[in-house]
Amino acid sequence: MEVTLNHYLALAILLFLTGMVGVLVRRNALVLLMCVELMLCASNIAFAVFSRKWGTETGHVFVLMNFAVAAAEAAIGLAILVEIYRRRRTVNVDEFRTLKG
Amino acid sequence: MNGAALTWIVLLPLLGATVLGLLNRRLPRAAAGILASATVGGSFFLAIRAFLELTTQPAGHRILAETAFTWIGFGHLTIDVGFVMDPLSAVMALVVTGVSFLIHIYSIGYMGHDPGYQRFFAYLNLFVFFMLTLVLGENLLMLFVGWEGVGLCSYFLISFWFSEEANAIAGKKAFVVNRVGDFGFLLGILLLGATLLPHLHAGEGVFSFRTLAAHTEVLAPVATALGLLFFFGATGKSAQIPLYVWLPDAMAGPTPVSALIHAATMVTAGVYMIARLNFLYVMSPAAMAVVAAVGGVTALFAATIALTQNDIKKVLAYSTVSQLGYMMLACGVGAFTAGIFHLMTHAFFKALLFLGSGSVIHAMSNEQDMRKMGGLAKKLPITFWTFLAGTFAIAGLFPLAGFFSKDEILWKAFHDGSTWLWAVGAIAAALTAFYMMRLVVLTFAGQNRASEEVRHHIHESPATMTFPLIVLAVLSIVGGWIGWPHFLGGENRFEAWLEPVFHVEAAGHVAAAPGHQLGVEEEPLHAFGYTDVAPTEVMAPTEEPPDAHEDPELAGLEWTMMFLASGIAIFGLLAGWLVYSRGIRVADAGRRFAGGFVHRLLLNKYWVDELYDAVFLKPGYALSRTVLWRWIDRGLIDGLLVNATAGLVRLTGAALRLAQNGMIRSYAYAFGVGVAVFVVYLTLSS
Repeated sequence: MEVTLNHYLALAILLFLTGMVGVLVRRNALVLLMCVELMLCASNIAFAVFSRKWGTETGHVFVLMNFAVAAAEAAIGLAILVEIYRRRRTVNVDEFRTLKG
Repeated sequence: MNGAALTWIVLLPLLGATVLGLLNRRLPRAAAGILASATVGGSFFLAIRAFLELTTQPAGHRILAETAFTWIGFGHLTIDVGFVMDPLSAVMALVVTGVSFLIHIYSIGYMGHDPGYQRFFAYLNLFVFFMLTLVLGENLLMLFVGWEGVGLCSYFLISFWFSEEANAIAGKKAFVVNRVGDFGFLLGILLLGATLLPHLHAGEGVFSFRTLAAHTEVLAPVATALGLLFFFGATGKSAQIPLYVWLPDAMAGPTPVSALIHAATMVTAGVYMIARLNFLYVMSPAAMAVVAAVGGVTALFAATIALTQNDIKKVLAYSTVSQLGYMMLACGVGAFTAGIFHLMTHAFFKALLFLGSGSVIHAMSNEQDMRKMGGLAKKLPITFWTFLAGTFAIAGLFPLAGFFSKDEILWKAFHDGSTWLWAVGAIAAALTAFYMMRLVVLTFAGQNRASEEVRHHIHESPATMTFPLIVLAVLSIVGGWIGWPHFLGGENRFEAWLEPVFHVEAAGHVAAAPGHQLGVEEEPLHAFGYTDVAPTEVMAPTEEPPDAHEDPELAGLEWTMMFLASGIAIFGLLAGWLVYSRGIRVADAGRRFAGGFVHRLLLNKYWVDELYDAVFLKPGYALSRTVLWRWIDRGLIDGLLVNATAGLVRLTGAALRLAQNGMIRSYAYAFGVGVAVFVVYLTLSS
């Protein structure tokens, strides 16, 4: 079976939805971060596929950029998470409601 | 002379006011007085130079003009900030700067012990700036700016000693009453602009006097309305019936202020304005008649009140109202030259009288009631003799300044107006002589009636105060000689000087005289205040020569009228002397004899203040309290507009706040749904 563009895109969508559903239903902040990474990965796949499809480098550049953003986000996100855990002894996001209007 | 001089005449006092106002008490007292006097003295010097420059020009070309910048340039509407000096504004500028300079010097002595010394001079300088803007302004709007500015300074200075409530109230009254008149003035300006604007080319200054004078035919249909609106403004500023009520109360301010603002300069602004717009007024016999009638009635009315007042400054205040009435009367019969002439001589002798009264008040430890004065002639010799000169000048004794100007006004009122106007003016002249003599006798003659302690302190004023008195006394004596009339063998240089500005005056006689009104409408008059046409060409050859010296019969009549007027003045002076020199008891008995009611009527100023209080103030307060405050302010503005809006915002916020529940996953959910909707929309629409 030949692997076509649509297969790649289906994979990307699947990954993205997995990440999104994870963000929506899980309460563990660590899992949330991982799910966000999943969504970023899905977008990377889409970028790479389209880049190959149209034969341009723009998509590749965006993938590299995404890596950098994801790395930075993970570093800061984890640092915040560690700090929050130290103070609140929990990583349940539903407990973090001090910004309630 | 370089071109910037006119601007500097106006700007110097502003500079002084700025420095004095910013530094205030940080400036040493001596420096403040000298700086303020020096800036005004500098303006006076520059004004003299500009005046001399004018005199070198031929009669029809006497005009200096400077445009500083374009103030408003908007489509067809062009209004410049610029200054113009023609013979009329030259006279005004000289009088304003000259008298102001003397009064500044006087104030150095008079205000010497006052804690608000620097503030006083800052206001005084600011006043001179606005007054010069008023008289030298190139257009009607600048005149209006100056007009409002002097009103503001007048308010500041009347309530100068604001820690006493009566003074603050007097200032407020002056301001509010003037606003009533200003409203009429502003309506006039708007009507004038609306009428004229469609007829102008781009770049022509709408309110420039030059433009106005060149477009009289456009303004002719609305001349009466404009004349009456402007005159209503003048009744406020120049204290005419019905808006004169603020001026007597304005005496709450320091005496130099009364002399400068409420006698010599600001209150004459209305007369200046009417003289400046003479080309407008001569087109409307009705407006002229109103000006003359109101002026004449005010002259008589205020003179009667002055008969009974006991406060030395109140007498002078009503006297000022009365003399301003004379000037209006002159303008109303088309004798603008006579009006401006009287304005000038009045500035001399009334400033002198006020400053003299200030010297008396200073000597009497701030006592203003004449019933507690008396016998001051020996103790204050300089004040007494100068005051006497001022008294004879205002009474109109030959050959003092007041004689020439008042005689000219009465003669013009008789010749160009009506016998009635003359009679009103003549009776007022008699009363003027009478109340001035009463004032002199009560203050300077007889025994001193003050308490022992006050009497002990009586002293002649310092040189800074007596010097201006002497200068003004000399001017009050000789100041009228420049208008020495033809029938007395003079040349009347003053009339010749102002002729280019008022050479429509001859036509004005026609306009003022009943029965000739058609002639005015058929041939639109052109006023050439600023054109290059020589006045001889402008004078309609068919007119009778306005000067009486051509006609021996008229000259004879003028002699008769002059003797009559002088006789009236001497009669008034003698009567005042005879009644009041017998001591105050005799005068009281005489007043009782004359009728208790009449005396009470005059003493209470015809109850006009009470009338205004009942007709305007009380209903005004009632309306404000019940309708305006309770319904409009508290109900509509506070309730509906302010609080209701705030309530709506608060309710909306309370509803929207529910969405901010602090749960991050619900935000993510909303975000996801939003994206999904967006994607679906994009997909469907492409």
